[in-house]
Amino acid sequence: MTDLLYRFRAIALAFLLIVATAIPAFAGPFEDAVAKFANDDFSDSDEAVGIIATSGNPQAFAVITALQEGRLSADPDSKKVYLTGTDGKVTDAATGEAVAEVPASAAAVRLNNRLRRNIESALGGLTLMSPDPAKRIASAQSVFKSHETAMLPVIEAALEKETNKSAKQAFTEARAAILLYKEDATEAEKIESIAIIKGRGDQDALALLTSLPADQTVGVARSAASAVTAINSRQTLWSIGQNAWYGLSLGSVLLLAAIGLAITFGVMGVINMAHGEMVMIGAYVTFVVQDVIRTSYPGLFDYSLLMAVPLAFIVAGLLGIVIERTIIRFLYGRPLETLLATWGLSLVLQQAVRTMFGPTNREVGNPSWMSGAFELGQLTITYNRLWILCFTLAVFAILLAMLRYTSIGLEMRAVTQNRRMAASMGIATSRVDALTFGLGSGIAGIAGVALSQIDNVSPNLGQSYIIDSFMVVVFGGVGNLWGTLVGAFSLGIANKFLEPVAGAVLGKIAILVLIILFIQKRPRGLFALKGRAIEA
Amino acid sequence: MITNLTHAIAKPISRRSLMAAATGLALGLSAFSPAKAADDTIKVGVLHSLSGTMAISETTLKDTVLFMIDQQNKKGGVNGKKLEAVVVDPASNWPLFAEKARELITKDKVAVVFGCWTSVSRKSVLPVFKELNNILFYPVQYEGEESERNVFYTGAAPNQQAIPAVDYLMKDEKVKRWVLAGTDYVYPRTTNKILEAYLKSKGVKQEDIMINYTPFGHSDWQTIVADIKKFGSAGKKTAVVSTINGDANVPFYKELGNQGIKATDIPVVAFSVGEEELAGIDTKPLLGHLAAWNYFQSIKNPENEKFIKEWQAFTKNPKRVTNDPMEATVIGFNMWVKAVEKAKSIEADKVIDALPGIEAKNLTGGTSKMLPNHHITKPVFIGEIKANGQFDVVWKTPALVAGDAWSKELDGSKDLIGDWVGKKCGNFNTKTNKCGGQGS
Repeated sequence: MTDLLYRFRAIALAFLLIVATAIPAFAGPFEDAVAKFANDDFSDSDEAVGIIATSGNPQAFAVITALQEGRLSADPDSKKVYLTGTDGKVTDAATGEAVAEVPASAAAVRLNNRLRRNIESALGGLTLMSPDPAKRIASAQSVFKSHETAMLPVIEAALEKETNKSAKQAFTEARAAILLYKEDATEAEKIESIAIIKGRGDQDALALLTSLPADQTVGVARSAASAVTAINSRQTLWSIGQNAWYGLSLGSVLLLAAIGLAITFGVMGVINMAHGEMVMIGAYVTFVVQDVIRTSYPGLFDYSLLMAVPLAFIVAGLLGIVIERTIIRFLYGRPLETLLATWGLSLVLQQAVRTMFGPTNREVGNPSWMSGAFELGQLTITYNRLWILCFTLAVFAILLAMLRYTSIGLEMRAVTQNRRMAASMGIATSRVDALTFGLGSGIAGIAGVALSQIDNVSPNLGQSYIIDSFMVVVFGGVGNLWGTLVGAFSLGIANKFLEPVAGAVLGKIAILVLIILFIQKRPRGLFALKGRAIEA
Repeated sequence: MITNLTHAIAKPISRRSLMAAATGLALGLSAFSPAKAADDTIKVGVLHSLSGTMAISETTLKDTVLFMIDQQNKKGGVNGKKLEAVVVDPASNWPLFAEKARELITKDKVAVVFGCWTSVSRKSVLPVFKELNNILFYPVQYEGEESERNVFYTGAAPNQQAIPAVDYLMKDEKVKRWVLAGTDYVYPRTTNKILEAYLKSKGVKQEDIMINYTPFGHSDWQTIVADIKKFGSAGKKTAVVSTINGDANVPFYKELGNQGIKATDIPVVAFSVGEEELAGIDTKPLLGHLAAWNYFQSIKNPENEKFIKEWQAFTKNPKRVTNDPMEATVIGFNMWVKAVEKAKSIEADKVIDALPGIEAKNLTGGTSKMLPNHHITKPVFIGEIKANGQFDVVWKTPALVAGDAWSKELDGSKDLIGDWVGKKCGNFNTKTNKCGGQGS
């Protein structure tokens, strides 16, 4: 039924084309093609892109990039198409004449995925000669993927002129991809192409080789098969590296979430179920900072996180001190009551945030330096994860240095190791308690700033981290910051190596079971504290 | 509760009702609203979570019911009586849903309840509605495989969302390899089972289907996105069909964007991502990804434009978005009003019998009809995500699709039908001609 419909449409289209060519046209094919955008029909737009790209009209590049960037609008009544330049100037897309403004009846030309793909490959052809080597490489890559036979002469011409080394490599690979799929290429050419593609050795190369049509000569088929095996075995090695990286990055998130708890629970011994909510508050501080920046100082957006870090520390830290002074200090030595009180508190904080900011997610944007990824060999490393790893390690180092080298750090350690002795040495223990709790909460707030970059900013943010945080602290050994570090990274890496084998759900269960078994064997975690502290 | 009081006060102020209102105010609990009000108003229960994890989605539906009641009262109410909302908060706690439902029906004597979002909350209140014989309108897309006498399903069944979406990808995007990714609970599991059977019936091989489940609130998508990337590089066009629920979507799309997977390479079609969810996301990396729904805010027609305008005025927020479950609530509400007017009664049995066959305008320019299996007819749209967080409709079904209570794709249910008009049975087996049978 649909087939028939398509065929009918094709016939109708062909008929229309004949009629159109029969009437002496006033405008050229380029102008006709541009006018098609006004039909608001994806197949018409699709056709128009093809015609424009090959028209050789100087306007072609501008029109297609405008289409891609949503700067092309069309008036369905007058069939006129308008191009809004990047500088805001409006021109008639077909003629290039300046127009005062886009009429109200015009709407942006709509795109769908098929159209976007075709635009990309059309632009690939148009930017092959771009003066910017990065653009040339990008377009060579898109030719590599599409391997259109028609592109061969253009690629060869570009290859001859190319001086940039990596652009040259990209063009060579693109040429190899075309030759491999060219029907009348010789066997020798094809085998040479396979060698080049094998050298590239990534997923795209693999895709190209595995989807080769079946009607190849024996030699080509054999060398393609051996190239696939070679790439696959290399990919297996890389995937171990990739999993290790994923593990490190998951570990850094776990560490970041747990590090504040390592202080309130690990050092002070307070079972703080409201820890996750401190993380959540840190994330909301980031949202507020970004919101202010968006409305008042949009230029500073890339620095929003740097500003949010100290603010989140202060807000969450102060809140922590208030909580310690008003609730927790009455409950020292009563772990069950502390657990209940802090859990209740976590519900109160969640609902308070829900009332203030609404139940829906809040948008926290990624600054440009935290978006995207880069390739290290075959490893894909995303910037946000990399920064979070660095950030976590920095927070850890600063915290460690603070506990070791500052007088407040000394007091904290003294109070947690032997409260009465510390008190008789003249340390105001209750003040130190409040500050320690504030420090732990403040660090949780900082964690919230980082986590806002990879997770939702919603009132439920904290809940999803509280279990993991306790897991890390208990596994690493209560009261030992280094234990928390090792615990977080080993759990992260173990999780990521289990996940591809067992799936995300089973992997998580397996980790929990392993921890239970481990705690049976070593109840005090990886690095057990020795001495008086454990009895306190 | 606020609605309660305004209505109590809006009546001709007699001393008694003023005192009753004052008592209500003093007690401050909706459960204690003035007893006298029951005589001249019809009470409508609203059972949506206003706190806890599901508040993110359900709060809007509570507002929608309040909005519809407000509109209906401006038109003079139903059968000459004003409507009065009784709002309770089941707090995303499944057993509490059943308790609150019982409270609404026995204590507040509501005529109808609009509520629930998750399937588990619906299953939790089912026995209550059956036992106390009341009516529940359920406005969310779900996994199907159910048809109850007391429940009216105005959201999409799988054949009104999942199957048309897969059809679109197969025909228009020529997708050959499929990733079915979902959160690990009943809706994604059942939907994926149906989709897997459907894909296989269309000749897709087992090795071209990858099924992946993740826990609720999953936030570390690195491995899975890398797996999808790898699965998609086998040279065949690949798409992801996502039944990932709620909050887990944001990190998923962020990871897709960061690892450089664009919609033009591997499109993701989601069944749980709508305008409301996008309002909290930076939509740049999502451009071109798809969603399948029965309603989009961006659909242009006078009915929809009027609704959006009045809704934004009611919520006093000119940026407030509308979404599919809201439309389902609106359709359900209008159908209930018409059924009550037709039955000239709010008695549950009469309204339940009046409902099948009732027609109500949907917001996309068509007319939806309540079917004997208590599901409705709906159009299906595929939308692409635009930069402004709205959807651009790229495809729609030529006609309204009738909701199947029992999936035709699954062996266990393909012979079953729900028919509360002729057969008076929710799971009638057409092979054995018996009610209550499970399919062969």
